[in-house]
Amino acid sequence: MEDFLNAFVLLSNFALVPALAYGSQLALGALGVTLVFAVLRFSNFAHGETMAFGTMIAIFGTWGLQAAGVSIDPLPTALLAIPLAIVVTIGWVLITDKLVYRFYREKKSDEVILLIVSIGVMFVTAGVVRFAIGVDDQVFTDGERFVFSAREFRTYTGLREGLALRTTQVISVVAAVICVIALFIFLNRTRTGKAMRAYADNEDLATLSGIDAGKVVLVAWSLAAALAVLAGTLYGLDKSFKPFVYQQILLPIFAAAIVGGLGSPVGAIVGGYIIAFAEVLVTYAYIRFLRYLLPQEWLPEGLAQLVGTEYKFAVSFVILVVTLIIRPTGIFNKKPA
Amino acid sequence: MTSPAAPPVAKVSPWRTILPFVVMGGLVVITGFSQSWNVAFAILNLSVISAIMALGINMQWGYAGLVNFGVMGFTALGGMAVILIAADPVDDAWAAGGAGVLLGLLVLIAVGACTYALRKMLGGWIKTAVTLVVIGAGLYAASTFFGPSIDRIEDINPAETGFLGGLGLPVLLSWIAGGFLAAGAAFVLGKIALGLRADYLAIATLGVSEIVIAFLKNEEWLTRGVKNVIGLPRPVPFETEVREEAWFEQLQATLMMDEVTLSSLVVKGAYIVLFLIVLFIILWLAETALRSPWGRMMRAVRDNEMAAEAMGKDVKRLHLLVFVVGSGVIGLAGAMLTTLDGQFTPTSYQPLRFTFLVWVMVIVGGSGNNWGATLGAFVVWFAWVQAEPVGAWTIDLLTSFLGEDNPVREQLVANAAQMRLMVMGLVLLLVLRFFPRGLIPERQR
Repeated sequence: MEDFLNAFVLLSNFALVPALAYGSQLALGALGVTLVFAVLRFSNFAHGETMAFGTMIAIFGTWGLQAAGVSIDPLPTALLAIPLAIVVTIGWVLITDKLVYRFYREKKSDEVILLIVSIGVMFVTAGVVRFAIGVDDQVFTDGERFVFSAREFRTYTGLREGLALRTTQVISVVAAVICVIALFIFLNRTRTGKAMRAYADNEDLATLSGIDAGKVVLVAWSLAAALAVLAGTLYGLDKSFKPFVYQQILLPIFAAAIVGGLGSPVGAIVGGYIIAFAEVLVTYAYIRFLRYLLPQEWLPEGLAQLVGTEYKFAVSFVILVVTLIIRPTGIFNKKPA
Repeated sequence: MTSPAAPPVAKVSPWRTILPFVVMGGLVVITGFSQSWNVAFAILNLSVISAIMALGINMQWGYAGLVNFGVMGFTALGGMAVILIAADPVDDAWAAGGAGVLLGLLVLIAVGACTYALRKMLGGWIKTAVTLVVIGAGLYAASTFFGPSIDRIEDINPAETGFLGGLGLPVLLSWIAGGFLAAGAAFVLGKIALGLRADYLAIATLGVSEIVIAFLKNEEWLTRGVKNVIGLPRPVPFETEVREEAWFEQLQATLMMDEVTLSSLVVKGAYIVLFLIVLFIILWLAETALRSPWGRMMRAVRDNEMAAEAMGKDVKRLHLLVFVVGSGVIGLAGAMLTTLDGQFTPTSYQPLRFTFLVWVMVIVGGSGNNWGATLGAFVVWFAWVQAEPVGAWTIDLLTSFLGEDNPVREQLVANAAQMRLMVMGLVLLLVLRFFPRGLIPERQR
């Protein structure tokens, strides 16, 4: 029995808990992609850079607050900077909409053109971010590192394996839950939210019924920007901020949104956790886990790792391709894509 | 799928094509005089390689409306071909693990053939189930051969080799091999992903290119991974060899340049000539294809897929063909790039530089027009290189009021090179908005 508990604690510490936090971050990112897709009808390749932009503002805010001596220990100071980052990022995204996307929306350009346009926005945003903060790694996490550390867990439970719970992991999950609940209340209960869903469902019908298309677009961009800031800042707090990584994270985010069904908020959340757990569980080395559960002579040689950690992109990609072949509309989408 | 940003124009005056190239040539000459000829020649070399990549993308996007965001991956596969073909074989490694690796490859090929045959014979759910079982068993069998051999190969003199090496064949052959390698990868990917919507295809190709890079970074037995392969053979003589030639001394006497600079220019010039030959062959082939009835059919498919299909055109086959050929061209360019560098560095492949910059070239130059894509490559690469000094100078000037050692100023000056990302994005957005046909528009044929 104790072996079983040890095995479970080990798996939780190195795989389940990190995957839960990572999944929450992906889900928030994928929600932004899916909202833009539902309302503006294109795949926004600049979303990763929007996340980087928002995180950058949050980091600047954090530095400012730290310099002013403001602290909310044990929580990281960056949380205080998030509102500012959200406001600035919404501003930036709305500027890009006004200067760039609106023209093509009014012309009813093809979605491929919008996709290529978003590459242009991606370049500009990437330039702004790298110009302002540089390409190097930035660690901006402060406050208490652990809710409880592996050693505390071991002394408390008497198990051989320890389970460390990092503050940033708890914050990620809690923030994701709060955001998702708030988003669903907004989409299902408020007038604006319902208008947005109607617009996403049928643009012409919604406009004919007197829904203000401009307002819907504005709200969709703002929500996407806010979600991007949250996803980016939480990811940066949990790991670290590096512009190049934020560009690469676009792939798992798209995978999450597509697996769940582009345009479906529930799908984006489920997709985020599916991708995160798949990435972590497929690249986890199970040898120590198995040592608790299997008799010595049954143990496999080596690390018992299905795929090297380097191939975590491949995991999200394979899931993506399998979804596209079996059910191209994703799990939670009935409309043919 | 979809047509490029704007419909073709009825007539393009030949000057519209020739003049920008003349201006572009003038800019390079000015660079040569004002900065250095070394810089100018280096710009030309990479411009020609980029032009070939842009032609590949133009085939896919300009002729067929396919969005391929996997340029980086195909480029890197072409680079890998240079190792496989031209690097010297490592005999000890072959003795230690060559047989195992070859057996593993044979198993993989057998699995592929079995899967293909079984899928032809069977139908329904059995087909899927059998496919999965065969692939799973095949991968397991292959890994029993691969695993231990790979470890043995990587253990042999890891500081210098630790990989199988190549075949030791002439490096020019690897350009063709690079093309075929990329085309083969594109065939497999195209079979899976070409039926998808445009944005799904874009994401799928982007994903595959990241996986290719991950593969090249980590499979040390094949590419030495992040330890890089250096000292790849060259198709042109070394600078030191050039300096010993009799004609070189004559040339030096006439031009009155110093030995080191001139020899480096001669070598760079030789590369330019080689690359230009390839560029012109591909341009000629692409133009001929576009002018033929086949090209007309391609445009018909691009502009109205459904109508073309109703007329009995096999749209799927055409898309696959143009995807494979375009990716092959990119692979060829990738092999040329690695040859020029003389080394293979997997970490140097970044999507902004290799995938999206090539897209900017095609859009700026004029999608659907081969001369446009070529010009776009020259213009954009020139801007990409020159944006760095110009950006640094501008930032230095704009922040000079802050004082010499202001930290904000130091930070901005240090990051000034990133200005070029902004410049590229702005150029792309402005061209898309105000000149959606690009510098040289597509002509109605």
